[in-house]
Amino acid sequence: MTGGFIGFAIRRIMAAIPTLFGVTVIVFFMVRVLPGDPARLLAGLNATQDEVDRIRVQLGLTKPVAVQYELFLRAVAHGDLGKSITTQAPVVQEISSRLPKTALLAATATVLSGILGIVSGIVVSTRQYTSVDYLVSVVAFAGVSIPVFWLGLMLMIVFAVFLHLVPAGGAAGPTSLILPSITLAAFSIAVIERQTRSSMLETLHQDYVRTARAKGLVEGVVVYRHALRNALIPVVTVIGLQFGALFGGAILTETTFAWPGIGQLLVSAISARDYPIIQGVVLLFAITFLVVNLLVDLLYGYIDPRIKFG
Amino acid sequence: MVTSIRASSSAEPARERAFSHPLAVLGRFGRSRTAVAGLIVLVVMLAGAALAGVVLPYNPDTADLDATLHTPTPAHLFGTDQLGRDILTRVVYGGRISLVIGALAVGISGAIGVPLGILSGYYGGFVDAVVQRIVDVMLAFPGFLLALTLISILGVGLTNVVISVGIASVPVYVRLVRGVTLSIRQLTYIESARATGLRDRVIMFRHVLPNAAAPVVVQSSLQLGAAILTAAGLGFLGLGVTPPTPEWGTMLGEAVTYLLTSWYIALFPGLAIFVAVMAFNLLGDGLRDALDPRMKVL
Repeated sequence: MTGGFIGFAIRRIMAAIPTLFGVTVIVFFMVRVLPGDPARLLAGLNATQDEVDRIRVQLGLTKPVAVQYELFLRAVAHGDLGKSITTQAPVVQEISSRLPKTALLAATATVLSGILGIVSGIVVSTRQYTSVDYLVSVVAFAGVSIPVFWLGLMLMIVFAVFLHLVPAGGAAGPTSLILPSITLAAFSIAVIERQTRSSMLETLHQDYVRTARAKGLVEGVVVYRHALRNALIPVVTVIGLQFGALFGGAILTETTFAWPGIGQLLVSAISARDYPIIQGVVLLFAITFLVVNLLVDLLYGYIDPRIKFG
Repeated sequence: MVTSIRASSSAEPARERAFSHPLAVLGRFGRSRTAVAGLIVLVVMLAGAALAGVVLPYNPDTADLDATLHTPTPAHLFGTDQLGRDILTRVVYGGRISLVIGALAVGISGAIGVPLGILSGYYGGFVDAVVQRIVDVMLAFPGFLLALTLISILGVGLTNVVISVGIASVPVYVRLVRGVTLSIRQLTYIESARATGLRDRVIMFRHVLPNAAAPVVVQSSLQLGAAILTAAGLGFLGLGVTPPTPEWGTMLGEAVTYLLTSWYIALFPGLAIFVAVMAFNLLGDGLRDALDPRMKVL
């Protein structure tokens, strides 16, 4: 069994490697498909000719593309993503100073969506086809349809502008985390609620649950002790995948609430044509997403005893 | 990219698949009140977008600097914006922009994704491996990020929004159609078609493609909503359709500055996005139940 899992893990990790290279190829070509001199793009319009020449040598722009790509990979592997055009600070420094903010936001939203999604999913699964079930369905549809930035603005108007309960934006103090994390979590709550509901329903109709009921166990014990444990396995996967997706969703949420994370850094970099920053953030987002998905896959293989590692 | 919120479950009543008469499909669709509601909303929006010039007394771009940031009144039901433009008018005209962006973007995704999916599933082997690796790389960019990355390369503007949003959803179609193709490639009638000497191109076009029609229609409804949402997100960030075009997301982005004093200029454009996307999602869900109850999308 364990040997099977290790084999599965190795195959899965190997399969992710081409994707990882694909991502670096896209980021590498980003500045090279743009019209204009890549060295000038990466140095910025205000850079001196010396600076541009230095970057040209550094990127090997006079050499073949394959060599340039190798130089790029080497630099990335050494954590050298260049310097921001706007602040002249190293890209890695710009990103790492903001990363904790985004991680905090994404983690809070994940916990929030996990709790609310699972609880509401369990509640409606025991009340299939009741008015509560239909109501929650409609709310879940609303959750995946609502524009995250508009939800954020509306919450801001009600709770910050009218009621003065929380700050309207920024990241000052724990209360400033409330609105952004609710906003970011909305979509995931709906997705997790749907997954919990359907996997609970599936489990509740299985034979061993019927046996538990036939033994005369209290319904609460049947639902929480017998059904929930198995039903949660696919839910855990969905929560993991949502965590990765939240990093992407954070781009809009952070801009809405002026939350100083990497999503906001990316948006301002795109507006300012700060290509070293864009490259760095895109690379970080994609690699994080890739790694999270990989871990979720491995976790799923590990916790679900029914998985066959074929 | 859209995440289907309908997770499949064997505990849901599984209806017969087999062949459905069009009237039976229509009957099943009609029984879903939410799907019909979605359809009605979309028809109203389409009519509004088509007849905007006829039914509305204002021009969406005419500024009236004597009437800026007015709260909703009978003359301006949704109020006026920072330049005194009628918000209702701009929201209705915005429907035109958003529906066109959605339709064109989904057209691009389908036009690239469906053939790639069929080729990938039908031939397998090297073709499949190459296509799937490319799809893997595209899917490594979580949701909104792919469209945003593309727009950072292409630059802002209506055309580039359509291209970015369209390309970003190609993987969804490739995966979907490849799955359908794989599941029927081994069936006897495909084998028979091959045995009678039909060329691959004919088999793919005449015998494989029709099987993908139902899932593609359902997915496209969901994708239309997703495309509108993504385009609006780009607009909100100031990286989409440029002002003064009345695109819903762009309007919202401009409204942020006036949020503290004039909530209504942020309320209505966002509400319009919300309603349109929800309508497409409900429609897609109803179509899925009507066309193929057991179908799983993603």
